[in-house]
Amino acid sequence: MEWQILEQYGPMLLRGFGLTIMCWLLGTVFSMALGLLIALAQRHGPTPLRWLLQAYIEVIRGTPFLVQLFVLYYGGPLVGLRLDAVPAGLLGLTIYGSPYFAEIFRSGFRAVPIGQIEAARAIGMPEHVIIRRVLLPVALVSALPALVNFSIILTKETVILSIITVPELMYQVQRMSTETFRYLEANLVLALFFWLLVETISRFGRKLETRITHYLIERP
Amino acid sequence: MVQASSVEIRGVNKFYGPFQALKDIDMSIAPGKVTCLIGPSGSGKSTLLRCINFLEEYDSGEVRIDGQLIGYEAPGRKMSARKLRAMRRSIGMVFQQFNLWPHMTAIQNVTEGLVRVRGMKKPEAEARAAEALNKVGLGDKMGNHPSRLSGGQQQRVAIARAIAMEPRLMLFDEPTSALDPELVGEVLTVMKTLAAEGMTMVVVTHEMGFAAHVADQVAFMEKGELVGMDIPDRILHQPEDPRIQGFLRSYHERNSF
Repeated sequence: MEWQILEQYGPMLLRGFGLTIMCWLLGTVFSMALGLLIALAQRHGPTPLRWLLQAYIEVIRGTPFLVQLFVLYYGGPLVGLRLDAVPAGLLGLTIYGSPYFAEIFRSGFRAVPIGQIEAARAIGMPEHVIIRRVLLPVALVSALPALVNFSIILTKETVILSIITVPELMYQVQRMSTETFRYLEANLVLALFFWLLVETISRFGRKLETRITHYLIERP
Repeated sequence: MVQASSVEIRGVNKFYGPFQALKDIDMSIAPGKVTCLIGPSGSGKSTLLRCINFLEEYDSGEVRIDGQLIGYEAPGRKMSARKLRAMRRSIGMVFQQFNLWPHMTAIQNVTEGLVRVRGMKKPEAEARAAEALNKVGLGDKMGNHPSRLSGGQQQRVAIARAIAMEPRLMLFDEPTSALDPELVGEVLTVMKTLAAEGMTMVVVTHEMGFAAHVADQVAFMEKGELVGMDIPDRILHQPEDPRIQGFLRSYHERNSF
């Protein structure tokens, strides 16, 4: 192996990694937010909207991210949706991740004992306050591990953005590979960076979990 | 003395699909009186109780709190959510499973409704909540989360949460059924205090002692029907209906040794 090649390509790979982190972070935040809205609309919205959202969930979950991204980036202009690579990638990640997050939130909502909602209704609390003050905080506790888990899965989906020329880490790794034929070195760097990112997220997730569930731990 | 509500139930029916959970129930509860609903499980007593604050939607008939119909504007026309909420503010409810909000401390559980529903400022709400928690004997547990409280303590917080809202009517849905036997007493004591203060109370219970000593009237339900309602002595000691006799016989068999 010839690691000295990194002296030349290192800065480029680091820039790529930075963009990977940004795409992951924004993509996760946006898709989680959209997923939450979908789950809430499915819980409280009118029936036709619920059907529509269910269809959306089935279609997006049933098709590969690669295909969705192609359709968005190369098919979008046909209907007047002309986006640069990075915004298109972010929109793609948001769309792709949202149904999974919606399902995670839905199962979180189901785990909230109905009695806790009824207790709030019984004192005359409005539904939107119940959602904010009871439903979401209680649901979050059971949903958190799955939320972190899917956020980790999303890190690795960012590599697909390279096919629409988003210059993230995978894109840079491929460029380095084709220019130098150092496929192994380039991909090992990729693996190392991803492992670092995932390890950081999962540590952060565990910290968050202890913080959020501290009150559930019974102490004599 | 609290300002107490009356409850009038007229011809109430409730269906779950083809199953009729409540059959033409009539019941009058005078202000300040304690009514115990007893009967075998599945008899509809909890369903009836939940119709009083419209957590359960009855299909026909009327439930009136101080003369005002709850849940409907007129027969068949639902009341707006806002109006229903306004009526619920003066009806406290205590559940079998306590249903405290697990992410809030005892005092936060009590202040929540005062701040979010009554629109109180936080310091004022906290003072009121502390007063309610002291009243149920939990002045020293205000900062505890529900997971750090015993069942009896949790249920007393739930009662404090309800009374802090200054209800004129309190509904209790088997408030001691989920408790270990040695914790039942502390909850019943708090309930007796409330009764003595003149609160209108409707209590679904299997505690025949409480029904005998505290209730002004006892209603026996079976299979969705109100079989009998009278002063405790007549229902519990000299019941005429064979269904009540049978229920009490099996109750005494279970509770004697």
